Amino acid sequence: MATTLDKVEVVTVGVGWTGGIIAAELAKQGVQVVGLERGKARSTEDFQHIHDEYRYAIRYELMQDLSRETITFRNHRDERALPMRQLGSFLLGEGLGGAGVHWNGQTYRFLPYDLQIKTMTEEKYGKNKLGEDYILQDWGISYEELEPYFYKFEQTAGISGEDNKNSAPRENDYPTPPMKETPITKRFKDAAKNLKLSPYHMPSGNLSENYENPDGQTINQCQYCGFCERFGCEYGAKSSPNVTVIPTAEKTGKFELRTHANVTEVIYEGGKATGVKYIDLQTGEEFIQPADIVVLTSYVMNNVRLLLNSGIGRPYDPESRTGVIGKNYCYQILPGATGFFEEEKFNTYMGAGSLGASVDDYNGDNFDHSNLDFIHGGVIAITQTGKRPINNNTAPNDTPNWGKEFKSQSIKYYHRNLAVGVQGASIPHRNNYLSLDPEYEDIFGYPLLRLTYDYTEQDRNLHNYLTEKSAEIMKEMGASRVEPREISDHYSIVPYQTTHNTGGVIMGGDPETSAVNNYSQMWDVENLFVVGASAFAHNGGYNPTGTVGALAYRAAEGILKYREESGQLVKIVNDRKHA
Amino acid sequence: MKKVTEKKTSKMSRRRFIKNSSYAAGGAIGGGFLGTVLSKNLFGNNNENQGQKQGATNNESTNYNQALMYFTRQSDFEILSSATERIFPEDDNGPGAVKLGVPFFIDHQLAGSYGRNDREYMRGPFYPASDFQGYQTRLKRHEVFDVGIQAIERESKNQFDTSFVDLEGEQQDQILQKFQDGEVDLKGVTPTTFFELLRSATIEGAYSDPLYGGNNNMEGWMMKEFPGNYMSYINEIDKKDFIKKEPKALRAHIAH
Repeated sequence: MATTLDKVEVVTVGVGWTGGIIAAELAKQGVQVVGLERGKARSTEDFQHIHDEYRYAIRYELMQDLSRETITFRNHRDERALPMRQLGSFLLGEGLGGAGVHWNGQTYRFLPYDLQIKTMTEEKYGKNKLGEDYILQDWGISYEELEPYFYKFEQTAGISGEDNKNSAPRENDYPTPPMKETPITKRFKDAAKNLKLSPYHMPSGNLSENYENPDGQTINQCQYCGFCERFGCEYGAKSSPNVTVIPTAEKTGKFELRTHANVTEVIYEGGKATGVKYIDLQTGEEFIQPADIVVLTSYVMNNVRLLLNSGIGRPYDPESRTGVIGKNYCYQILPGATGFFEEEKFNTYMGAGSLGASVDDYNGDNFDHSNLDFIHGGVIAITQTGKRPINNNTAPNDTPNWGKEFKSQSIKYYHRNLAVGVQGASIPHRNNYLSLDPEYEDIFGYPLLRLTYDYTEQDRNLHNYLTEKSAEIMKEMGASRVEPREISDHYSIVPYQTTHNTGGVIMGGDPETSAVNNYSQMWDVENLFVVGASAFAHNGGYNPTGTVGALAYRAAEGILKYREESGQLVKIVNDRKHA
Repeated sequence: MKKVTEKKTSKMSRRRFIKNSSYAAGGAIGGGFLGTVLSKNLFGNNNENQGQKQGATNNESTNYNQALMYFTRQSDFEILSSATERIFPEDDNGPGAVKLGVPFFIDHQLAGSYGRNDREYMRGPFYPASDFQGYQTRLKRHEVFDVGIQAIERESKNQFDTSFVDLEGEQQDQILQKFQDGEVDLKGVTPTTFFELLRSATIEGAYSDPLYGGNNNMEGWMMKEFPGNYMSYINEIDKKDFIKKEPKALRAHIAH
């Protein structure tokens, strides 16, 4: 029997970037917040032995323990979904700070085009550019409205960067200057300029200098040690919730963190969320934590799964195209090209997670799509993130993946290859969605989340076009041999691609087609906020964290507003074209 | 084991590598608390001597870590050793899997959480998977290795009437290729799954920190000119020429 605890004002499920931001902003205003985190506590002290590729990048020590819970996956609705038994395609975070501990720090803002993608696409290219199986939707908020929240996140995280004419317009400079120029970033920029493109230094959550944020938290200068993605930072130089918003929340005295607290259900009574049920993983005890306001701040997958397992909201049905929970799951398309340099060696073992250079000339609607068979695009970039030897054995395509030739070629080219890559936008399709699995369960007996996902024609066309552009840049960089990337026949759950999963609890202006309003408040349950990339109506052509941070600051403001006003914070705008 | 261990010694011994290399000065740790903490290791040596100390331990005295934690029959371990050496052979670049300690690395890994898939979803039911759905066997990794190694020996005897460890290198490659191509019958797991595990574990053993028992004397890293574990490249990241550095292992991070 579950023990019912004393009621609190706000409870958050998950304490990563979004849970940390909500906790900090509310606690600073005197609101009592409890943060439930199913993993363990950790901080910079825990990362002093982090330079271990095998433990962290291969065996995934910082990631989710799948023996307790995973997802199931299938490409198509007529297939049987099977469990993702090992991590592969994406790396789910677990523990205090969530994926904000092991991210790279590449921190962009989505474009004005992203937020009004349906309106702007139809205005320019007519109503049927992609066909009716694609579910384009505006986000229910304009870029101008969201701009201050982007800046707020960048200030908290101390983002290092420089403005660019093709990126989203900025009211203020980045809090810190761009990271160092290296022979690799310079080479990319020179090539891009020769091709009449507009390169700029990648906006970075690995900081170019020591920085104190507006909450008084210090982030250190990046040392370019080359251990960033999949690792925590031993130097406190990668912006993470653990060095910013979590200590900010803690120093108010109004925030209580409970680790090893695995939430299994949101309790829903009389049209409202009354609290959450969780299991203490160390004792096995079950608790009910009542709260005035419940905020789901876990990763995309778990935000969706908790709603479905709690019977909250209308589940999406791809057949009738009704319902919203699980709808518009998107991923990211990864075009690119590898260049092999016979005569040169680069210091690719050095680097930082977001050390790089980018161009936005082929992102969003920055280029004309009238004669193209896709919409949107993506940021084309080179990165110098630190190549480690187990995971980097790049050799020309005709090389076997074991044996004598593999060994000599992978050693030869270790410091002699560079890659240009794209974060390609992902456009929702009616058959790509999240639902509950009918067969597989977690260790507590709750259904697993089921992912149904495959590449679309839009994805393939975008991939091919941007791969060609990437190869042009790589050629201009002087590679002796350029190999374009290929997109596989179907999406595979096996090889690592990207941890940029989005959608499932999307925001918008109309409750018929979206789950939350632009404060991340649920249309159906006014005291339940669902925050994170689960709110993305589609995935844009950038790494998502900058936009996640902006939405979280917007949600925090909404929660404070809701405490004063109650009710729905946003007026409904009906847009039934998709119904 | 006999065949592989008797091959000629590596062309690039650690001493020669050090002699022929012009190392850049050790990376400065950017002015923080770690500089003090990390300047000494367990033995009180400074970082520069650390690599040689490890080398001496491994080359010139008995490495008691090189014994079996998982395998029960030495013949299975010898088949594994021969197979890893074909996947990552000794050549002009330097040592192969056996000299790097890869077979012991795999044996030790199979005895622990890797071998038992401790952090992975192993609940049933189990169904055949499409090529895009990943690992779906009820066998754990240590069992996959058992089944796979026995099948290697069986295939070798069927095809060449000889034990796998006594085959010529090219014949061993033919057998391994059949596993990679899925042309062998295995019970409970696909041959391709087994081969991919064997292949990736071999590479992991060649290049992981020497603390795991592979990458002996950091020679895997030296072949690749990967310097291992430095705290900072802030003063070198913008330099144009390639900078070759003496490798350091995580051992350097154990404070005295």
